[in-house]
Amino acid sequence: MLRFFLIRILRALVTILAVLTFAFVVLRMSGDPAQVMLGPDVPQESVDAFRHAWGLDQPLWIQYISYLKAIFTGDFGVSMRDKASALQLVIDRIPATLELTIPALLLKLVIGIPAGVYAALHRQSAVDRGVILAAIFGFTIPSFVMGLLLVLIFSIILGLLPSGGQDTWQHAILPILTMSIGGIGILARFSRSAMIEVMGQPYIRTASAKGMNWADVVWRHALPNAAVPIVTIVGFMVGSLIAGAVVVESIFSWPGIGRLLVVSVSNRDLAVVQCILLVIAAAMVVSNLIVDLMYGWLDPRLRSHSAH
Amino acid sequence: MTIADITHPSPAEPSLFVRGIRQVRKVPFSVAFGIAWLAAMVLIAFFADLLRPYGITAMDLRARLSLPGNPPHLLGTDELGRDVLSRLLQSIRVSLAIAFGATIISAVLGTTLGFAAAKFRGAVEHLVLVLADFQAALPFLVMSLAVLAFFGSSMPLLIGLMGFYGWERYARIARGLAISASAQGYAAAVVQLGATPLRVYLHHILPNVASTLIVSMTLTFPEIILMESGLSFLGLGVQPPETSLGNMVGFGRDYLTRAPWIMLAPAIVIMVTTLSISLVGDWLRDKLDPTLR
Repeated sequence: MLRFFLIRILRALVTILAVLTFAFVVLRMSGDPAQVMLGPDVPQESVDAFRHAWGLDQPLWIQYISYLKAIFTGDFGVSMRDKASALQLVIDRIPATLELTIPALLLKLVIGIPAGVYAALHRQSAVDRGVILAAIFGFTIPSFVMGLLLVLIFSIILGLLPSGGQDTWQHAILPILTMSIGGIGILARFSRSAMIEVMGQPYIRTASAKGMNWADVVWRHALPNAAVPIVTIVGFMVGSLIAGAVVVESIFSWPGIGRLLVVSVSNRDLAVVQCILLVIAAAMVVSNLIVDLMYGWLDPRLRSHSAH
Repeated sequence: MTIADITHPSPAEPSLFVRGIRQVRKVPFSVAFGIAWLAAMVLIAFFADLLRPYGITAMDLRARLSLPGNPPHLLGTDELGRDVLSRLLQSIRVSLAIAFGATIISAVLGTTLGFAAAKFRGAVEHLVLVLADFQAALPFLVMSLAVLAFFGSSMPLLIGLMGFYGWERYARIARGLAISASAQGYAAAVVQLGATPLRVYLHHILPNVASTLIVSMTLTFPEIILMESGLSFLGLGVQPPETSLGNMVGFGRDYLTRAPWIMLAPAIVIMVTTLSISLVGDWLRDKLDPTLR
């Protein structure tokens, strides 16, 4: 059991290190930071002084070590545009993103899972067909098309809701809808197939055959077993709470992390991009870790196969 | 086969032609529609130059933002009087070319790494798995945005970048399948006969696991189209004057009130294309790979 946890935690740490290394390598490959920062018309002495000041004249591995040191002491560099701490800029934007992604996640969970389970228990019913149809739309309509269609219908044609900005709670409705509609379908489809698979297992037949109450069969035997695959996809959705809004925030001019990322990419504000990259990867790794640990709790069999 | 079939042997086998017709008639309507739509898209991608009535940058300044349905510009024009239909055809070509190139790159890369992990085990396998974890930890859109921030956007970079989409899935599948295949008799037999590892993997194991990999390709392909459209929509993918489906939606967004057709035409193409691929892909999956049902 302890070995299972340790291996998972070690893998999470290695993944974070891989993301850090990726950011370092890409940053160094994209050109000399001295040239990028100072521009082409600067005398050689200033470039040399800059390189010396920032340690860019050191061998690459020393730069890598000092880069890691800086990250672990919480120094993520300074935004080239605002001259403010990159980390602070990023942290300031997180609440706005969570205002959209947490309600969207709740909608997905509260509608998606029950709809999927219901559809699995009532095959070929109207709900079942609806779930399949919604899942297909969830997979095939990209969020930018969904967002623009909702704006076209609710803001332009019906004039009911604002199309962008963050002033009132009405402003959050369309972005949250855009993010949740597809996800509800996907989660419902996922829960449906997990549930259908469990309902075909011999222990369900045994439980029904011994005369157990149908509701008890579903609640005590089927649902706990269907939980493992559902937790996987929910974990993925939790991990993308911070990253999940890149496109949607851009459509609705919502001042969150996603919008900050797109703007920083357009401005090539590398410190901010790198910082967002790490925050997003950390969120993803932590939620994957939690999911892995929950597997151990939900399904005791997985503890013994610790490596995979 | 039921007992009735065995006791009453069927009369002479129908000819190949008749069987072919029966096969076609068994295809559900939605799948047939999907295949027809995809065939049309491929034709458009190949012959976009011949099919499009105007150049993609040709401006008709007297007919700016003209409504769809009128003879000279069937799908209307955009804010510069450029023909939406012509731009749509060219966009289909660009988006499909990127998605096709990227799917091939990703499948080859992922399968190679997966086979390498299965062949060498040990350190190589751990390295591949760590890379796969890394890819799974970083949402692909965010990773692409970071790379584009550092390098700037260009067509070869975009295709190369999209070529990393989904490689980790092929790697995991190929590794798992190759490990179980090498435990089977046929792989051991050709190894005993003195075949080189390259030959064992390319000529014997690959054909046996290909159907599962092809099914994964039908899943990745529409996702790459959506990913590229998303990047282009944000203005960070395909750059003007070249155009792609996401690009057109992105520009059409500014004219949503006055000229929604600029955005609707490419949006509908994206939706119907990804829908067709999933319909055909699901159907292919049932045909090719009963284990995934």
